[in-house]
Amino acid sequence: MPTKFQRWKESITATDIVMWSIGFVLLVLIIIGSILTLRAGRYTTVQWFDFVIYGLAQGSIYALVAMGYTLVYGVLRMINFAHSEVFMSGPFTAYYVAAYFYRSSLLESHPFICLIIVFIVSMTISTLIAFLLERIAYRPLRNAPRLIPLITAIGASFTLMYLFRGLYGTGFQAYPVWKVFTGKWALFKGLEIGKIQVFVIFAAALVMIALYLFIQRTRIGKAVRSVSEDKEAASLMGVDIDKTISITFIIGGAAAGAAGVLYALVFKQVFFMMGFIPGIKAFTAAVLGGIGNIPGAMLGGLLLGLLESIGPALFLDGYNIVAPYQLKDAIAFLVLVLVLIFRPTGLLGERLAVKKA
Amino acid sequence: MAVDGLDIEIEEKTIHSVIGPNGAGKTTFFNCITGFYKPEAGEILLENHSLVGLMPDRIVRLGIARTYQNIRLFPDLTAIENVLVGMHAHLKSSYLGIILNTPFVKKEEQDAEDEANRLLKFVNLEAKANMLSKHLPYGDQRRLEIARALATRPKLLCLDEPTAGMNSGETQAMCDFIQSLRDDLGITIMLIEHQMRVVMGISEIITVLDYGKKLAEGTPDEIKRNPKVIEAYLGQGSAAQAH
Amino acid sequence: MEQIRAIWRYGIKVGIIGGIVLILMSLIGIIEVFTKRQVIADFISMGHVLYLAAGLFVCYMAAKRTKPAKPLWVISSSFFAGLTTTFFLVLLIILGRYINLRMMFINASDLLLNNLLTFGVEGNSGMLLLLYVGMFTGLITGLFYLLPNVVRTVILWSLAGLVFAGVLQDLFRSILTNNFPDIISEWLLTSDGLTMKGAFAIFIIIALVIISWSIKGEGIKQGWQNLPKKQQLTWRTVGTIILLVIILVAPWRLGLFMSEVLTIVGLYVLLGLGLNIVVGYAGLLDLGYVAFFAIGAYVTALITSPEIMNLNWSLWAAIPFAIFFGILAGVLLGVPVLKMRGDYLAIATMGFGEIIRLLVLSDALRPFLGGSQGIGKIAKPQILGFVFKGPQEIYYLIIAGCMLVIFVSWRLKDSRIGRAWKAMREDEDVAQAMGINLVSNKLLAFGTGAGFAALSGVIFGSKIGSIYPHSFNIMVSINIVCLIIFGGIGSIPGVIVGAAALIGLPELLREFAEYRFLVYGIALVVMMLIRPEGLWPEEAHKRELHEGTAKEATG
Repeated sequence: MPTKFQRWKESITATDIVMWSIGFVLLVLIIIGSILTLRAGRYTTVQWFDFVIYGLAQGSIYALVAMGYTLVYGVLRMINFAHSEVFMSGPFTAYYVAAYFYRSSLLESHPFICLIIVFIVSMTISTLIAFLLERIAYRPLRNAPRLIPLITAIGASFTLMYLFRGLYGTGFQAYPVWKVFTGKWALFKGLEIGKIQVFVIFAAALVMIALYLFIQRTRIGKAVRSVSEDKEAASLMGVDIDKTISITFIIGGAAAGAAGVLYALVFKQVFFMMGFIPGIKAFTAAVLGGIGNIPGAMLGGLLLGLLESIGPALFLDGYNIVAPYQLKDAIAFLVLVLVLIFRPTGLLGERLAVKKA
Repeated sequence: MAVDGLDIEIEEKTIHSVIGPNGAGKTTFFNCITGFYKPEAGEILLENHSLVGLMPDRIVRLGIARTYQNIRLFPDLTAIENVLVGMHAHLKSSYLGIILNTPFVKKEEQDAEDEANRLLKFVNLEAKANMLSKHLPYGDQRRLEIARALATRPKLLCLDEPTAGMNSGETQAMCDFIQSLRDDLGITIMLIEHQMRVVMGISEIITVLDYGKKLAEGTPDEIKRNPKVIEAYLGQGSAAQAH
Repeated sequence: MEQIRAIWRYGIKVGIIGGIVLILMSLIGIIEVFTKRQVIADFISMGHVLYLAAGLFVCYMAAKRTKPAKPLWVISSSFFAGLTTTFFLVLLIILGRYINLRMMFINASDLLLNNLLTFGVEGNSGMLLLLYVGMFTGLITGLFYLLPNVVRTVILWSLAGLVFAGVLQDLFRSILTNNFPDIISEWLLTSDGLTMKGAFAIFIIIALVIISWSIKGEGIKQGWQNLPKKQQLTWRTVGTIILLVIILVAPWRLGLFMSEVLTIVGLYVLLGLGLNIVVGYAGLLDLGYVAFFAIGAYVTALITSPEIMNLNWSLWAAIPFAIFFGILAGVLLGVPVLKMRGDYLAIATMGFGEIIRLLVLSDALRPFLGGSQGIGKIAKPQILGFVFKGPQEIYYLIIAGCMLVIFVSWRLKDSRIGRAWKAMREDEDVAQAMGINLVSNKLLAFGTGAGFAALSGVIFGSKIGSIYPHSFNIMVSINIVCLIIFGGIGSIPGVIVGAAALIGLPELLREFAEYRFLVYGIALVVMMLIRPEGLWPEEAHKRELHEGTAKEATG
C-alpha cells in the first residue's frame, strides 16, 4: 500500500511545480532585497517608524472598506465591485458640507461638531447608495449565474462613478484642513507621530469595534451571520433574507462612508475616481484576511497597509531600483494575485475552502 | 459523508447496485471512483490499473463514465452538443487542423456527428437534437445525460440515482433502458439507488452501505433475507418499502 | 376611493421616481450638452428629445403598470405620473432661484434651469408651461397606451427610427454628400439636423416599411425557406460579395473622419473577438486582457522604432514576434489562474493587467520601455510602395486582421476544442468528468485570445505611431468586456454589433464623449437585468427558437 507521502507526491502536477518555483523565487528575491536594504542602512529608525504609522493609518482605512466587501461576499457570494463607488460617494458629497463650514468659519470655531456632521453626511449618502444599489441592481439577479451579478456590479460601478462625475464635475476638490489634526506629537528619542494618523487609526478602530459588536451581539447581526452561514436554513428559522441582505449593504455602506472621510482627511482631496484604487486594495485586504471573515478583513487591511508603506523601501530599494514608491500599487496587486493563487481562503478564512463536487 | 474500509469488486458485464440510506456515503464512493475526491487511503483498480490520484479526465479516458444525482447537463448547449462533448476524449483533431479544416478533421467531425445521432436515437432523443438541453423535459434530460456518458465509450458506467424524481411508469422505462444498456452494449453498470424496488428488479449483485461501511453484499435474494440489512435498512419500517 | 389608491400607487409613485431620474439627468448636464445638436433643424434638439423621451417613458411605465387596466385608470395614472414628474422639475427650478445650485452641481446652469427645462420660456410662465407639458404628455401617453398593439409598434418604431436618423446625421451626411447628388442631402439635411420635410419623409418611409413587413413579412420568410437550397446559396453568395465590396470601398466613399471611426471600431472588433474566445466560449472572465494588447504594441514599438533598441525592422517582421510574445504571456499568466473560477479569476487577471501597466509606467524600467514618455516613431507597414499611413489605408490592415480572426473563431467555434471550451463555461467539473483536460484547454483559450490581442496591439501601435502606458489601462479591458456582453456573449456578429454600438456611436456623437462611460454602465446593468443574452445572441439560442415544434413538446 502506498504511503501518504507517496499519494501526495502522485497528486502533484506540473502546474503546482511551476507555481511553487515562482513563489520560491519571489520569496528569495524579497529576502535578499530586504537584507540588502537593511545592510545599506539607507533609512533611519525615525523613517521606519513613520512608515509603520502611515501604513497603519492607511491600513485601517482599507480595513473599514474591506468590511463591506467581506460582509456582502458572506451573504451573496459575490464581489460587490461597486463598493469602491459607495466609498467615493459619501466623502465626495460631504465635501460640499465641509467646504461650507470652512467658508462660514464654523470649522475654525467648532471643529469637532463640524467633523461629526461631515461624518454623518458622508455615512448617510454612502449607506443610501449601497442600499439602492442592492435594491435596484442586485436583488433581481439573486439566482442568476455567477458571472451576471459580477458584470452588473462592474456596470453599477461605472454608472455611479460617472453619475457623480456628472453631478460634481471632474476636478479634484481640496478638502478643508482641520487645524486640530495638523502637526505632530513628539515621542521619545526623536520619534514623532502625526496627529491625523493617530486620529485615523483611533476613529477606524472605533467604527470597526462598533460594527463588530453590532454583528456579534445584536439580533440583526446574528441574522446577518446566519444568512452568510446558510441562506436556506436561515430562512427556515424565520430570518427575513431580503431584509438581512439590505442590512448587510447598509452596514457596509456606513463603514465605507466613514472610511471615505478618513481617506479625504489624510489625502486632502476628493474626486470621482478616488474609489477605484482604494477599492481594489480593500478587496485585496478582504481576500488577504479571508473573505467572508470580519476579523480577517481588519487584519488584512492593516497588513496590506503596512506592506504597501514598508514594502517598496524594504524589498525594492536594496536593488537600487529607481523610484521604488511608484511600484507601491504594483506591490498591492502582487499581494492580491499571490493570495488568490497560494491561499485563496486567506489568512483566517476556511469556509470557502470546500469545493463543490 | 465519509467512506471507510470499503471493499467492493465489480464483475464485468454485471449490473451492480450500491444501496443504503441517505448519508450512507454512496455518492462519496462515486466521487472517489471518478476522481473528484482523493481517497486518503486505499486503492481503486480498473483492470489492475490504479486510479488513485488521477484527474477525472484521465479516469474517463480509461473507461469510467458517470451521471449525476441532480442532473448536470451543459444547459446552454444543445442536446447533440452535449453528446459531442462526451466524445471529446476520443477525437483527435488538432488546433491547427481545425483551423485549416483538413480532410481528417472533416471526416472525424462527420463521424462524430453520426455517432452522436446514433446515441441520441438510442435514447429516443433524435428529434430534439438541436434543443438546448435546459429546455428538455426531466426524463429526457436523464436519458441525455446517459447518452453523454455513453459517448465517452465507457467500460463501466456509474449511474447516480437515475430514477430520482420519476413516477412508477417512468421508473419502469428507465429500468428497461438500463438493462438494455448492458444487454445491447455490453457495458458494466454500477447503480446507486434509493428505491428498493428498482434495485431488486434489475441488479445481479447488491452492496449495502451504511455509515460509509459495507453492511452486506450478495444477490437480491440474499440481501432480502440478510438480517443485518433488514435491521439497518428495511427495518426502518415499511416507509423505505413504500418509497 | 379605489381609483385614488391606484393613482397613488401607479401614477404618483412612478412619477416620483421619474422626477428624481429627470432631475439627475438635468443635473449631470446631459440635457444641456445635447441641446447643442439638433435632431430636426430649428424644431427640436437632441437634448429635448432625450428629455421628452424620458418623460414619455415614465408615463408609459405608469400606464403599463396600472392594474386592472381600465381605460380611465390607465389615463389618470399616466396623467398623474406626468404631472408629478414635472412637479419635481418645477421644484428644482424654484430651488435654483433661491440657492446657487452651481456651488455643488457643476452643471446646474442658469440656462438649463430657466430656459432649457421649460422649453425656452423663462420665468413663472415657463414653469406653468412645464406643468402643462407634463399633464399633456401624461394624457397623450395614456391614450397611446390604449391604442391597438400594431399601431403602437408602428408609431414607436417610426419615431425611434427618426431619432436614430437624427442622431446619426453625420454618418448619413458623409454617405450622401460623397456618393449622391447634393440635392438629396440638401433636401434631407441641414448643416445641423434634419429638415422638416426630410423628417416627415423618414417617418413615413419607416412606418410604411413596418406596416408592409407586418403584412407581407411572413410570406417573404416562407418564400425564402421554400427556395431550393442551391438558389439560396447563390443569393447568399451574391449578398456576401456585395457586402464585401461595400466594406472594401467604404473608406474612400465615406471620407477621412468616418474612416477614422471605422478603424477604431475595427480595432475593437479585433480585440473583442479575441476576448470573446476567452470570455464567450471558455467562460473565463479576463479583466487583464489589455495586457496582451499592450504586449503586442510594445513588442512592435521595440522592434520597429529607432528609439530604445534601435532595430528599425519593418512592421511585417514585428508581427510574428508580437503574436508569439502575446501568446507566451497569455499562457504564462494563464498558468497561475488555472484553478480560479468566476469572480476570483476576474480579479486576479485584473491584478496582472495592472501590474504590467504599473511596471511599464515605472521609472525603474524606463531605460527599457520608455516609462511614461512611451515609445514613438513606430514604423508604418508598406507593401510594394503602398504605405499604410492614414486611417483610410490602415483600415485595410484592420479588415484583414478582422477577417483572419473571424475565420479562426468561426472554425474553432463548433469544433472539438470549441465544444470543450463551451462545456467548461457551462460546468467545469462535469466538463472534466467528460474527459476534457482543463489545463490544456484553458491555456489554449488564454493563448488564442492573447494572440489576437497582440495582433491588435501591432496594428494599434502602427496606427497611432507612438504608444504610452496610459493607453493600456483597465478601462480598455472593461470596454471590451462591455461590448462583448452588449452584443451577445459568445456570438461573432454580436461582437461587431457591440463594437459598432458602444465604440462607433460615441465616436460619431462627440458631445456624448463625456457621458460615454455613464451610458456604458447603465447599458450593462439594464442588459443584465432584462436581456442577459445580448443584442445578437449566440446561434444555438436562435437555432432553437426556430424549432417551435420541438419546443412545444416541452410543455
